[in-house]
Amino acid sequence: LVSSGGLKMSGGTRLENANPVIFQRSGERLLTASEEDEDVHDPIDDREIFDILSINDPEHPLSLEELNVVEQVRVKVNDAESTVGVEFTPTIPHCSMATLIGLSIKVKLLRSLPDRFKIDVHITPGTHASEEAVNKQLADKERVAAALENSSLLEVVNQCLSTRNI
Amino acid sequence: MKEALSLVQRLSAHPDSRCWFVSWSPSGTLLASCGGDKAIRIWGREGDSWICKSVLEDGHQRTVRKVAWSPCGNYLASASFDATTCIWKKKNDDFESLTVLEGHENEVKCVAWAPSGNLLATCSRDKSVWVWEVDEEDEYECVTVVNSHTQDVKHVVWHPNQELLASASYDNNICIYREEDDDWECRATLQGHTSTVWSLSFDATGQRLASCSDDRTVKIWKEYPSEAGQGDLSWKCVCTLSGYHGRTVYDVAWCRLTGALATASGDDAVRVFKEDESSDPDQPVFSLAAQVTKAHSQDVNCVAWNPKEAGLLASCCDNGEIAIWRFQEED
Repeated sequence: LVSSGGLKMSGGTRLENANPVIFQRSGERLLTASEEDEDVHDPIDDREIFDILSINDPEHPLSLEELNVVEQVRVKVNDAESTVGVEFTPTIPHCSMATLIGLSIKVKLLRSLPDRFKIDVHITPGTHASEEAVNKQLADKERVAAALENSSLLEVVNQCLSTRNI
Repeated sequence: MKEALSLVQRLSAHPDSRCWFVSWSPSGTLLASCGGDKAIRIWGREGDSWICKSVLEDGHQRTVRKVAWSPCGNYLASASFDATTCIWKKKNDDFESLTVLEGHENEVKCVAWAPSGNLLATCSRDKSVWVWEVDEEDEYECVTVVNSHTQDVKHVVWHPNQELLASASYDNNICIYREEDDDWECRATLQGHTSTVWSLSFDATGQRLASCSDDRTVKIWKEYPSEAGQGDLSWKCVCTLSGYHGRTVYDVAWCRLTGALATASGDDAVRVFKEDESSDPDQPVFSLAAQVTKAHSQDVNCVAWNPKEAGLLASCCDNGEIAIWRFQEED
């Protein structure tokens, strides 16, 4: 059990969900004419955030998209208000990796987006046994800051965030 | 007449890092700041501007979460995620590390000096509150460990003139402690917030306590004569400020000179509330007197009123910056 900064994470050798349902990855983003026009300001949109979240599942050699942990419909961006909200769906309701997945999503967004953005990461309502507790931990920036000062935890997060070789 | 907050100065205090907390020295001449860069900086006024007078490094291995001045102004205590609390002694214009208080299992979240200067309180994610006794030889001894919270303890604050301690927690509650037969015990648990309570501030008399929370509200609690008798204290919520803050309220500060109440919020704003003087003390009314909606470009973590110069307010931000404001009537 890794408890760091108040974020409880367990890591085991046995896969909790050995045979997850695999979903097809969405296609490449289609560029519109105005997006290709360098003179037009493109606000950051849901799809862009979704594309940023090509994160590996800590248990599987699959991306969170392929496991349907993150879906574009659960990404809400408001560029004008500088807010990003992401709901993620653990593959099983007792998934002990939920906090780690949520933290990885949060870290990826913190690293990718301009500082002005307020980032909220939650579990999709009704999909995890400890939904409230995990959401509260992820929303506590002091606990997140303390957790990220732990080098071994940071390494695990970085592994989740590393680009996968296909 | 209408009041407003005007910017005096911005300081890049902890570049490329977070500034978590600022604290004015009792004389109001120095401001201490701390942050994610593991450093403490001391700011002083030179002419019309505030400049960095000294940098206290090498005291902590991790983020310095809070700093507190002793009532005499000669000592500074710093609480760190490295599980220790450092005591620094002022020597002329510099500070030297005097001692390191160890004992908490993990991150120390706050440190506070009692008004007498003889007691120090610390709290941690390990759910405990420790009370330390200070003797004349600068020796620190832990006299009590209290475990009244079920979660991370975020903040501790002393009553302005009594040996009464209050703590705020991730468990959504506030606890109030008093010494009883050489032991510090929780004498009241204040329930009402629906999420983490981040900070607390007593008013000048100590009869009221303001709390702020992740539930985006500020609550005012008032002490009442105990109903049950037998040493238990009775505190009731007499006012809730809701609808003003767009995100978590990280800090609340009650000015001991003017009675104005300032807040720091994750919505990037600094706000000042004033009490309606004609309102019923059992149902006080506070209204927004001034706000700067984009006071900082990121979360505001702390607000602190200068203890000597009425209306002078310091705030700090996730981008490492400090801002100094003047709250006054508009010309």
